[in-house]
Amino acid sequence: MPMLKISNLHVNVDDKAILNGIDLSIDAGEVHAIMGPNGSGKSTLSYVLAGRDGYTVTDGTIQFQGKDLLALEPEERACEGMFLAFQYPVEIPGVPSGTFLKTAVNAIRKYRGEKQYDAMEFLTLVKEKQAELGISPAMMRRALNVGFSGGEKKRNEVLQMALLEPRLAILDETDSGLDIDALKTVAEGVNKMRSPHRAMIVITHYQRLLEYIAPDRVHVLSQGKIAHSGGMELVETLESDGYAGLGIESVQAE
Amino acid sequence: MTSQTESARAIEEATDGTYKYGFVTDIEAGSAPPGLNEDTVRFISAKKNEPEWLLEWRLRAFRLWEKSQDTEPGWAKVKYPDIDFQAACYYSAPKSREDAPQSLDEVDPELLKTYEKLGIPLREQEMLAGVAIDAVFDSVSVATTFKDKLGELGIIFCPISEAVQEHPELVKKYLGSVVPYSDNYYATLNSAVFTDGSFVYVPKGVRCPMELSTYFRINAANTGQFERTLIIADAGSYVSYLEGCTAPMRDENQLHAAVVELVVFDDAEIKYSTVQNWYPGDADGVGGIYNFVTKRGACRGKDSKISWTQVETGSAVTWKYPSCILQGDGSVGEFYSIAITNNMQQADTGTKMIHIGKNTKSRIVAKGIAAGRSDSTYRGLVRVQPGAEGARNHTQCDSLLIGPECGAHTVPYIESRNPSARLEHEATTSKISEDQLFYCRQRGIGEEDAVALIVNGFCREVLQELPMEFAVEAQKLVAISLEGSVG
Ligand SMILES: Nc1ncnc2c1ncn2[C@@H]1O[C@H](COP(=O)(O)OP(=O)(O)OP(=O)(O)O)[C@@H](O)[C@H]1O
Ligand SMILES: [Mg+2]
Repeated sequence: MPMLKISNLHVNVDDKAILNGIDLSIDAGEVHAIMGPNGSGKSTLSYVLAGRDGYTVTDGTIQFQGKDLLALEPEERACEGMFLAFQYPVEIPGVPSGTFLKTAVNAIRKYRGEKQYDAMEFLTLVKEKQAELGISPAMMRRALNVGFSGGEKKRNEVLQMALLEPRLAILDETDSGLDIDALKTVAEGVNKMRSPHRAMIVITHYQRLLEYIAPDRVHVLSQGKIAHSGGMELVETLESDGYAGLGIESVQAE
Repeated sequence: MTSQTESARAIEEATDGTYKYGFVTDIEAGSAPPGLNEDTVRFISAKKNEPEWLLEWRLRAFRLWEKSQDTEPGWAKVKYPDIDFQAACYYSAPKSREDAPQSLDEVDPELLKTYEKLGIPLREQEMLAGVAIDAVFDSVSVATTFKDKLGELGIIFCPISEAVQEHPELVKKYLGSVVPYSDNYYATLNSAVFTDGSFVYVPKGVRCPMELSTYFRINAANTGQFERTLIIADAGSYVSYLEGCTAPMRDENQLHAAVVELVVFDDAEIKYSTVQNWYPGDADGVGGIYNFVTKRGACRGKDSKISWTQVETGSAVTWKYPSCILQGDGSVGEFYSIAITNNMQQADTGTKMIHIGKNTKSRIVAKGIAAGRSDSTYRGLVRVQPGAEGARNHTQCDSLLIGPECGAHTVPYIESRNPSARLEHEATTSKISEDQLFYCRQRGIGEEDAVALIVNGFCREVLQELPMEFAVEAQKLVAISLEGSVG
């Protein structure tokens, strides 16, 4: 049984059809890349998986580890192991990043029946992961994402992923806005997370990240549908010929 | 009548006249009969064995209050039914041990649940719930060692009724010197019938080595609904005072009208922190406390400082404006406030900063959080007198709304009579955004916890002003106060 099985997924936002029949199946241990022009529905798909309000599923089903995903609240999905690294991480003024992270980690551990971390245990853990991702310890005291640079926000998303140890991680353009060195660090962070028990969906516009990560499958989304699926050769075609090379119109409707 | 003949009459009544009011027997009784008249005032004063000057002061307040029956303040944006002052009881002796709950098993389970959530130790739960407890109770011995230590430094910290007996010269000099009995309707009432409260005097140059807390005050129980607190910081001294506690306090009296006066001399500082969590009433607002408080501090000396920090989560109706009179040159007034209202609660709170001395500074940070069908108002006055050369104020008022049915209002009054004054005012109103909630929930944090986290972040600047231990408890309190406000 696949870890994630999306069948014939149709989604409306404000009565406008955004996703028009997506089928996607991912096994544990696999990494899938999703590419596609701006506005093709990549972030929409990630939000629907994470359970954001305002996205109406008009048809189709999603199974996650044998459960009906659409019946779960967003926090239940997270506790079941769904993680979304946001394309635009949200600022929460006054809440230190460390406090936020500890609250999240302990909420999930509680759900899983694991022991809560105390402040010291948590600090030790965070320090270790921060060092791996090249994040300065001072960041934990700053309000979550407030005044963070684009790159800092993205690294912080990866740090959260590393601490929450999800079963399925969706990274929505985590590589956008990273400098070359940061991209490498983040890619290494992602690779470290690969495991036979974990699946990943990596949404990106660029070949570079995928070269580091080497995904098992690549999908190209167009107008709310998967137009192509294949391997790294799809990425190479895109890099040399653009979306036109795959016969996809990259200008947005309207 | 001139005030002299008035006081003569008061003295006469207090000494010889007692008999004709026929309450000699009543004095033996534990409680004053319901109702409010001169006899009630005399009864209270006699019970406390007060000197004549104090009785006389109370009576003057009472007569003024009686005359001003119709001038209950009407400007606050709060609504409540008329209070029947004659139906209330103004003095009752501490409950006997037989009447008190004998163990926590006899206490309202809802209350116990809240104590549990706050992580309050069993012993303290018993104290808060008014359980009859053994005389050898931890906090009593703590309080005694505490008192010895303070005594060595010359610091006086005791119930105000004790200070009246032991340090009458200090009480007489300062009582009513910041909040005169004629100040406002409720302050006048308090002056007439106050039963107890705290008294603190910190001598010259002494830095009080610990937070003074009402928690540790001997005879802390039964300070009653008309609490009176007086704190004096002599030149170069410092004291941090904590009032209230995060656990909901049980009280049968619906009306609370406290008065707090602070006096600060040259280079001295008082830091006054409050956590107010009186019973707010049920979800429909039935049965909650009316909390009408007058708090004011006078920075009399140069470079003196008063800092008010308050977390207001309780009471059905709150009406409270801790203020600073910045008389001394270079004196500083601060007001940090969190006011949380939920369900049917109403809060009208803020501050007054009166700049009189040169180069006086004030800072106001007010955070109002409204949920349910509640209503929260910030009302603040910054006044700069003509002589207050170089006065500066910074005011920041932020309101956070949770749900569509609550209201938040900001009413700043600014009166500047000196052109050199620099006054800045910032105000924001926001809602907890869907984006923030979703982000938290995506990380496994449930909706209620997410709201608590976001609100605590919103309040951070104020929470940071609280003494460490209080701050941790206050954060939990914020979360508990907002339970049931989302979803
Ligand atoms: N709340 C909304 N109301 C109306 N249209 C929306 C809403 N949210 C998204 N859309 C539309 O849905 C389409 C898909 O958006 P989505 O964010 O999923 O694209 P994307 O593939 O992630 O694009 P990008 O590469 O730019 O991140 C876009 O046309 C967008 O305008
Ligand atoms: Mg996107």
